[in-house]
Amino acid sequence: MELFLHQFLAGLATGGIYALMALAIVMIYQAIDSLNFAQGEMAMFSTFIAWQLLQWQLPFWAAFFLTIAIAFVGGFVIERVVFKPLRHAHQLAHIVVFIALFAIINSMAGFLWDFSIKSFPSPFGSHPLFGQRLISAHDAGMIGVTLIILALLYGFFRYTRVGLSMRAAAANPESARLVGVRVGRMVALGWGMAAAIGSVAGMMIAPVVFLEPNMMNSILLYGFAGAVVGGLTSPGGAVIGGFAVGVIENLAGTFVPYVGRELKLSIALVLIVAVLTVKPSGLFGERIVNRV
Amino acid sequence: MTRSAPRLLPLAMLGLVVAWAGPALAQKKYDTGASDTEIKIGHIGPYSGPASAYGTIGKTIAAYFNKVNAEGGINGRKINFITYDDGYSPPKTVEQARKLVESDEVLLIFNSLGTAHNASIARYMNSKKVPQLFVATGATRFGDAANFPWTMGWQPNYQSEGRVYAKYVLQNHPNGKIGILYQNDDYGKDYLKGLKDAIGDKIKIVAELPYEATDPTIDSQIVSLRASGADIFFNVTTPKFAAQAIRKAAEIGWKPVHLLNSVSASIGSVLKPAGLENAKGVLTTSYLKDPTDPTWKDDPAAKAWAEFMQKYYPDGDRTSAFTVYGYLVAQTLEYVLKQCGNELTRENVMKHATNLKNVELGMLLPGIKLNTGPKDYFPLEQLQMARFNGENFEVFGPILAGDIGGGS
Amino acid sequence: MNTRPFWISLVAAVGAAVVMVLPRRRLAALILVIAAASILPFTVKNFFVFQMTLVMVYTVAILGLNILTGFNGQFSLGHSAFYAVGAYTAAVLMEHGGVAYYWTLPVAGIVCFASGFLFGLPALRLEGIYLALATFALATATPQILKSTPLEHWTGGVQGIILNKPDAPFGLPLNPDQWLYFFTLAVALLMFIGAYNLVNSRSGRAMMAIRDNPIAARSMGIPVELYKSLTFGLSALYTGVAGALGALAIQFVAPDSFTFLLSIALFVGLVVGGVGSIAGTFFGGLFILFVPNIAEQVSKGLAGAVFGIILILVIYLMPSGLGGTIRLWLYRLLQGTR
Repeated sequence: MELFLHQFLAGLATGGIYALMALAIVMIYQAIDSLNFAQGEMAMFSTFIAWQLLQWQLPFWAAFFLTIAIAFVGGFVIERVVFKPLRHAHQLAHIVVFIALFAIINSMAGFLWDFSIKSFPSPFGSHPLFGQRLISAHDAGMIGVTLIILALLYGFFRYTRVGLSMRAAAANPESARLVGVRVGRMVALGWGMAAAIGSVAGMMIAPVVFLEPNMMNSILLYGFAGAVVGGLTSPGGAVIGGFAVGVIENLAGTFVPYVGRELKLSIALVLIVAVLTVKPSGLFGERIVNRV
Repeated sequence: MTRSAPRLLPLAMLGLVVAWAGPALAQKKYDTGASDTEIKIGHIGPYSGPASAYGTIGKTIAAYFNKVNAEGGINGRKINFITYDDGYSPPKTVEQARKLVESDEVLLIFNSLGTAHNASIARYMNSKKVPQLFVATGATRFGDAANFPWTMGWQPNYQSEGRVYAKYVLQNHPNGKIGILYQNDDYGKDYLKGLKDAIGDKIKIVAELPYEATDPTIDSQIVSLRASGADIFFNVTTPKFAAQAIRKAAEIGWKPVHLLNSVSASIGSVLKPAGLENAKGVLTTSYLKDPTDPTWKDDPAAKAWAEFMQKYYPDGDRTSAFTVYGYLVAQTLEYVLKQCGNELTRENVMKHATNLKNVELGMLLPGIKLNTGPKDYFPLEQLQMARFNGENFEVFGPILAGDIGGGS
Repeated sequence: MNTRPFWISLVAAVGAAVVMVLPRRRLAALILVIAAASILPFTVKNFFVFQMTLVMVYTVAILGLNILTGFNGQFSLGHSAFYAVGAYTAAVLMEHGGVAYYWTLPVAGIVCFASGFLFGLPALRLEGIYLALATFALATATPQILKSTPLEHWTGGVQGIILNKPDAPFGLPLNPDQWLYFFTLAVALLMFIGAYNLVNSRSGRAMMAIRDNPIAARSMGIPVELYKSLTFGLSALYTGVAGALGALAIQFVAPDSFTFLLSIALFVGLVVGGVGSIAGTFFGGLFILFVPNIAEQVSKGLAGAVFGIILILVIYLMPSGLGGTIRLWLYRLLQGTR
């Protein structure tokens, strides 16, 4: 029983990582109706920028917020420069460009900062929470940050004009244009916000997994899984999905006999496909109804 | 008589000159890839992809050969070092190996990295009779002189190291319980085999947990290991995961006898990120000098290495043991090529590679030497145990010889 | 490195693609292509023959993906799994069963068809990005499954299986590389003709109808579920046969040879060649084999970045891939002459 509890909590801790990533993914999905495969790399690159700022002796919180700002601008610029000219291309062409972006960012990070691991400090310290040894202060802090961002997003979309415009632009670009929403700008804004959230995710994740150019590869996959399980149209669902994936993966790995350890990843993925088969738009997603 | 004597002298002198220079001239023999002015050396490494952290080895080797060339080359010949990226994917390794041999026409391929990757080209290299020297993997299968005479390893093989740890545990903790964390690939499984073979059933193994190199963290495995009641921890992980393991174990208050595999026993790139305090007491085996270890602060060989890094590879990570590894393996090849003199044929290269007798290199631990023979394809077989005291590694005990492939 | 062979084959590919798309010239084009391809192995180094064999292997794999995504509109990022199944089927049959190499192809095809069909069934409920994710999950899980202990005895686990390249039969004066080249060429041509006939048949039109408007297709009486699953199976068959050929060419199979990076490469090849263009798949194959090498030549340290930039440029210049763009030009050209 004690092992179960420990693994459950450890799963929540890793799930927190996935949940943060899932938030960034949902954010970009809301903006462009597609999954950005380079999201993880953008998060990683932002974290390296933060690391570099820290190397240049900036205090932590200054580096933290400056990085978020840089990431926001970066996301915005990437959208305008790289994707705007491709606005009318096939969706598959977009995905190939995401892949290209992935390759470029990963290669540049390796070139600038090489491939050995670097430690990244946590603002929450690394002591166990309440001296309990069940969950560390950083893990708890990460979950807290996730919830804060979730709340901010919720408020943004629900209660601000800009948020409303963004939702309109994503839901129905034609009509949105007709009422004066600058759709192009909304998309770029969405990119900027996704990049910013991604940078926070990176800075929260790096203290746990250590900073190096390949750190986000599998986290991105789990983040996708969490977002999809929870529903790509629901930020809250994505967060729950992320936690769920973390916990299930841990428990399956520990308790499924014989093959659990080796096929941890496969089991998690099978579960996701199973969820999707039963509920194609995720647990909390909205059913998309098409008019014939 | 007086008429022919003057004619005899120049003839005799000519004869003398021919006799003296003749063998030297006749001995200049070259295979593809070698000439009067250059020696072409091929190399394949993971500069991109999941194992890109090991790409620095190839870069160190390239830098070293730049140094060799700047200092006049080997026996007056410049080294043309050609290295390609295989992205840690065996099909690409095959393609690059064929490119090196058939298109670039190198004399030999050396230090290609990865067990599956070297396995994928071993048959090809042997059928083409091109040396596949000093492969960058400790897998035991690459010392098979009978079936793959052109393929040779370099570093102490993983099974040997596993057996050394087993011996230590049998001697010092015979009533303990072992928990193992290993990477689920050939590297991890090889270590596992060495340890399990030597332990037999004398000590109980209570947990044997794998992880994938693509997993984000191994925190869950550490939690399970502690729950299994193990008080001896055999840590077969690559640097990133080793650091995570050390840190997590400290976090949850688990203090086993911690045996860390040599691949990850680097102070700068593993113990420091994990927390030097957390790593206190970690045991490992070593065969090379860790540049971040204060023990070697004033050591002339370490200083020479530091100068080399500063001058030829300033971007290199000086805390990483990979750069020392690349330096040493390049020096080994330099030695072998020097021994070949003017006979730069592939066969001669293998002949000298299988004839290393007590070769000492500066960055190897004192007492550890390279030794090979026609049936002994494992240049390095010696290891020494070391304990981390919070600041540096203290070697202790005798230099141990591995048990696999011993003998010449 | 000599890149001249690459440019020669690129020009040949473009030329072939152009001729292929011209109406009424198809037979001539086919004969030209076969003639050019047959002369090639005797005029270039063995290494290039090996590379071209790999190009053909990837071409067939991309063709499989094209059948599913280009002609049936089902998104897959998981084809490396079927490639792996085909490769391992061939390897296991040859290693444990002593089966001759030419029989491994049909068996690999059948096994992959079955696995593709079975995977296609639950995938029926998934659309667009969700299907992409499910297939991506499949691709990521495949190496793990191949390494797992229950299968280790057959698959060789992490050590993999080494294969022998077949010698030319009947004592033909060809070295193994050349023989495998011709063998692969023959198989590839068969697959191409098969794909071409499929696309131009009633079934092909049904497939494309499902892609363009599934609801209308259903209303017209097309059994959508059956077709989608069958297409999945057929697509897997093509990629699986490619995998078997690839295993013979490389002479080695190991779980790490079949990661999701292969899936991504096939997908890139599909888009660059032209989604829905059969002739374009050859360009896709050329691209994914040679461009990474070229990128590495341009810059050792930033090879990935160079590759990414080249990819983006190609997409900018040819958003519908080479096949699509050529079709567009020809259309405009022919329109102008009217």
